[in-house]
Amino acid sequence: MLELQLLLIFMIIGAIIAVKEKDLLSSVIAVGTVGLGLSLVFLILKAPDLAIVQLVVEILVIIILIRATIRRDLPFSTSGRWFFNTLVTFVFIGVFLVFIYLYIKDLPQFGQPIMKIAQRFIAEGLRETGATNLVSSVILDYRAYDTLGEATILFTAVMGVLAVMRKVGRKK
Amino acid sequence: MAKNQEGMTLIVKTITRLTVGLILLFGIYIVTHGHISPGGGFAGGAIIALSFIHIMLAFGKEVTFKKMNQSVMSFFESVGAIMFITFAILGIGSGYFFLNFMLKGKPFKLFSSGLIPLYNLAICLKVGAGLFIIFVILVLLKTPKKGGEK
Amino acid sequence: MSVYFLCLVLFSVGLYCILRKRNLIKIIIGIVIIEYAVHLFFILVGYRMNGRVPIHSPDQTVLDMVDPLPQALVLTAIVIGLAVTAMIAAIAMRVYEKYGTFDITKIRKLKG
Repeated sequence: MLELQLLLIFMIIGAIIAVKEKDLLSSVIAVGTVGLGLSLVFLILKAPDLAIVQLVVEILVIIILIRATIRRDLPFSTSGRWFFNTLVTFVFIGVFLVFIYLYIKDLPQFGQPIMKIAQRFIAEGLRETGATNLVSSVILDYRAYDTLGEATILFTAVMGVLAVMRKVGRKK
Repeated sequence: MAKNQEGMTLIVKTITRLTVGLILLFGIYIVTHGHISPGGGFAGGAIIALSFIHIMLAFGKEVTFKKMNQSVMSFFESVGAIMFITFAILGIGSGYFFLNFMLKGKPFKLFSSGLIPLYNLAICLKVGAGLFIIFVILVLLKTPKKGGEK
Repeated sequence: MSVYFLCLVLFSVGLYCILRKRNLIKIIIGIVIIEYAVHLFFILVGYRMNGRVPIHSPDQTVLDMVDPLPQALVLTAIVIGLAVTAMIAAIAMRVYEKYGTFDITKIRKLKG
């Protein structure tokens, strides 16, 4: 899986550039390249449904972020205790990575998942639902309640954006 | 964005006229073949929303709002949500919530697998209209001067 | 195993961005990077070596399939992430109109 690791290293470099860049527009574009690399990784991991959705959604995220950052400047100032804060953050992330390494050793080997529930979906999916796309049959027949919750979240987000962006305030 | 009154340059407008119908057709194809090939309601709905955003970016706000304004889009979103809930509750009559009660034909055909294509259509309407409304609201806001807010 | 570690290094890059940056847009960018890392981790756990796309087709040569259940969960999670990002970007635009800056240390001190 050499191409998988190369793409992941490319995504990490893109993320570091997005974090360190001072210009806001450049860092938004760098996040865009991380999303495109993720769509390619989804294709390598045999998930074409997810690659389509990730590509389209990531274009929308870039459009929304550029709309939020256009013509706004970036005031950068380092007030006191900068060195101490950075040192504590790096120590915290180092401890976090050590615990992650101890956890990863207990996961099953990459490439041999356990798949207890999915055995039933794969064996009976075509006969019980009649759909050849197993991911569609999972999200719209076996677990359709989650799709109802997700439609509700989209509806709430539309109402929330409309409520935040109203022109008149509540009281003067 | 005072320059955006008439949209973009002539090259962008010509290319948009040629390709936006193809993008819309591709989105409809991904929605209706959601149970046979990868895709489904979410991907197709987002692609349809992107085609409308493309028209709005290329031609400006005033021209687009004569055809598609906010009330038409919120009507489509409500229709999608009501369709989804209705098909779910109709399953209670002969079983449990969200039962797939229509007949399932042969696999690999377009009219197979019961209720799943209808669910895909409802999700496509809801997601497409919702994403377009979010974009319209975020673009239409004009920033007032700072003296007017205090 | 090193693939899992690289995915969690991406997570910690986003975590550093949320903890240490003072601009509101940089915090939103950190949240987006953490979402990408978590979605990637789900799909990495459910991958089978030499598997096939989880779609039946008339001419099948490889019989093993990749796990379809994490793919269904991550499909919902991607759209939810878009809704959350749109919401906090709208709130950030409103904060900029009211306070005139994106700096999070100054938002506490001014009175609206």
